[in-house]
Amino acid sequence: MEEKVKEIIQRYSGDKSYLVPILQDVQREFNYLPKDALCSVSANLSVPISRVYEVVTFYKAFSLKPKGRYQLSLCMGTACHVRGAELIARNISDVLGIKEGDTTPDLEFSFETVGCLGACALGPVLVVNGEYHGHMNIAKSTKILKKLGKKGATDDE
Amino acid sequence: MMSKIKSFDELKSVQERLKAGRDPKKPGITVCVGTGCLAYGTQKLVDGFREELAKRNLVDKIDFRTSGCHGFCERGPMVIISPEKIFYQRVGLDDAGEIIDKTLLKGEVIERLLYVDPATGEKIVHEDDVPFYKKQTRLVFGLNSKVDPEKIEDYLAIGGYSALGKALSKMKPEEIIQQVIKANLRGRGGGGFPAGWKWDETRKAAGEPKYVICNADEGDPGAYMDRSLLEGNPHLVLEGMIIGAYAIGSSQGYIYVRNEYPLAVKNITLAMKQAREAGLLGENILGSDFSFDVKINRGGGAFVCGESSALFASLEGRAGEPRAKYIHATHKGLYDKPTNLNNVETWGNVPFIIEKGADWYASMGTAGSKGTKIFSLVGKINNTGLVEVPMGTTLRKIVFEIGGGIPDGRKFKAIQTGGPSGGCIPEQHLDLPVDFDELVKIGSMMGSGGMIVMDDQTCMVNIAKYFTNFLVSESCGKCVPCREGIRRMRDILVDITEGKGQEGDVELLEKISKGILDGALCALGNSAPNPVLSTIRYFRDEYVAHIKDKRCPAGVCKDLIAYSVDPEKCTGCTVCSKVCPTGAASGERKQAHKIDPAKCTKCGACRESCKFDAIIVR
Repeated sequence: MEEKVKEIIQRYSGDKSYLVPILQDVQREFNYLPKDALCSVSANLSVPISRVYEVVTFYKAFSLKPKGRYQLSLCMGTACHVRGAELIARNISDVLGIKEGDTTPDLEFSFETVGCLGACALGPVLVVNGEYHGHMNIAKSTKILKKLGKKGATDDE
Repeated sequence: MMSKIKSFDELKSVQERLKAGRDPKKPGITVCVGTGCLAYGTQKLVDGFREELAKRNLVDKIDFRTSGCHGFCERGPMVIISPEKIFYQRVGLDDAGEIIDKTLLKGEVIERLLYVDPATGEKIVHEDDVPFYKKQTRLVFGLNSKVDPEKIEDYLAIGGYSALGKALSKMKPEEIIQQVIKANLRGRGGGGFPAGWKWDETRKAAGEPKYVICNADEGDPGAYMDRSLLEGNPHLVLEGMIIGAYAIGSSQGYIYVRNEYPLAVKNITLAMKQAREAGLLGENILGSDFSFDVKINRGGGAFVCGESSALFASLEGRAGEPRAKYIHATHKGLYDKPTNLNNVETWGNVPFIIEKGADWYASMGTAGSKGTKIFSLVGKINNTGLVEVPMGTTLRKIVFEIGGGIPDGRKFKAIQTGGPSGGCIPEQHLDLPVDFDELVKIGSMMGSGGMIVMDDQTCMVNIAKYFTNFLVSESCGKCVPCREGIRRMRDILVDITEGKGQEGDVELLEKISKGILDGALCALGNSAPNPVLSTIRYFRDEYVAHIKDKRCPAGVCKDLIAYSVDPEKCTGCTVCSKVCPTGAASGERKQAHKIDPAKCTKCGACRESCKFDAIIVR
């Protein structure tokens, strides 16, 4: 882990002002921000761990908890909102049994709502591991979750 | 790779050479690959065209180009066939072969892919005749469909960087600033502060180095014009920034862009690399003694970082908290040095002002707001997309003539402008000209250009709650009025929407709003009550219905509504009973169904799946 973090910091020539992008790259590497990685960033960049923690907890893009295999992001921009995204969010939470921003205990699904994705013509939009699903509705979201659940099950077999 | 261009004259000859290499009569295909179209799966169509062209040995005979967003996102995937400018919309991902064979080789128009004007039922062949485009003035955004954002040659071939050449070789920095002041270019990010004055202040301020920043932290939910401009025509924005830096006397610039915009990051990064290679960015630009370079910084997903001083903090690697602005950023901004910040669209306007002159630019718009503005027209609207119109165009024209009105024959209720800092505008004000000053008078603002259309199924109390919720989670927490005030307002709004509203709540909301307006530290804080205040101002009766009658007239607030079936409309198709997760909807085939209120969780699945509009929500 230490090596990986050092390599990322090197990409930015060890410039402290790039703390946010460095953390973004670290998160991309490990899927979340493990404590050891944060300590390593702090030590190698000479930024106090308290500052690193402040930054990590301030910005929405960072997660201190591991994310699921399927990362669901539901767009909650105003356009999606007026087209019923709230009902879809409630449905996804109900089906997965978790709140927005959480991950299922088996680490299969993470569900978050995000600000505008700028694909308003397709609203409401649900993004699953980077793939866009437009004109979402309640029934469609249930179907997608079922499909992923089944796929997940077969993968494990 | 392009070799370094060392003078304005050399730039002109490079442009001429590239232009001459392009035969305007040569057949060509342009596919929009903006984020919206890509979300439709357009990449498959692009791969299809490349494959089919290769198969037919047509790669040299037909120009194939991918371009940034054209704006008519509702109708993606979109393909334009040149030279006739035939406009194909909602193109199937497997249609590439057919388009090449029929349209390009035989000159036949494929009827199925044409746009049908809903007003007349007429099929429209050419892009310029589509009402959505025809009624716009596409100055800044119009170039998007003419260039491949990954190719500097495309931008140069349409005369790109001429404004920079002119500025560096023929104009003094002070002259450029005077032109921008005279053109009355105002900041497109929302504030509307005159850009020229800001440039002038920064130029005159003491301290070195001076910084120039492009704010691409477009955080307003429902607004995506900056992203599309940066994605679709990155060189235009870059050119504007370089001209600004020369006028201000800056050698270092930054572009602060949302991490959620990966394509924008990719395209602007590539554009910078190409510009450096061509001698348009970096040391001794166009052979002059002016040097300037730009760094890119990706944001961490915080709405407040769109505020200048919070953005500086974020650029410095800290949490993005704003500071009080007793001292302007033009004197003490990034690293406490003189800093000029403008947003993407503002920078994108600069080359036009320099190229065509301040008088030409100022001939468009209203007395106080010049030029054009790009709006993202979204929500309950037929033609979702990006719309560019001269300042002063009425809301009615934007919504009904360009936007094509409200879908499903429903009724217009309000249009929300200015994002979380703006307000909801009701029908009575639809004839108002849109500019920086007019919308403020009626309790909203133009903001960065988000326009969200709402119909009679939108609950205005719910909308107020939505924005307040957004602001609660985005408040940086530094100052008490914003941090605590918005939270209390949210609690009251939640109570009202859950049927626990009390008499006096509306007045209390107004009172707290006043406290926040007066006391919050930054512009985002002291505009935060606007969504609540504007909905109270124009839709007070809806608040009263929630509080007194425990009723949600739009049928949105879960605790105040009940689902039932209209036996007259129900055909007994059984779809609702199949989608109902709790078994509340039931009935025999071909018989009117029923919903058991004891089992119903009001999830809404039956309503969205009913094809006969038979589910009543009251």
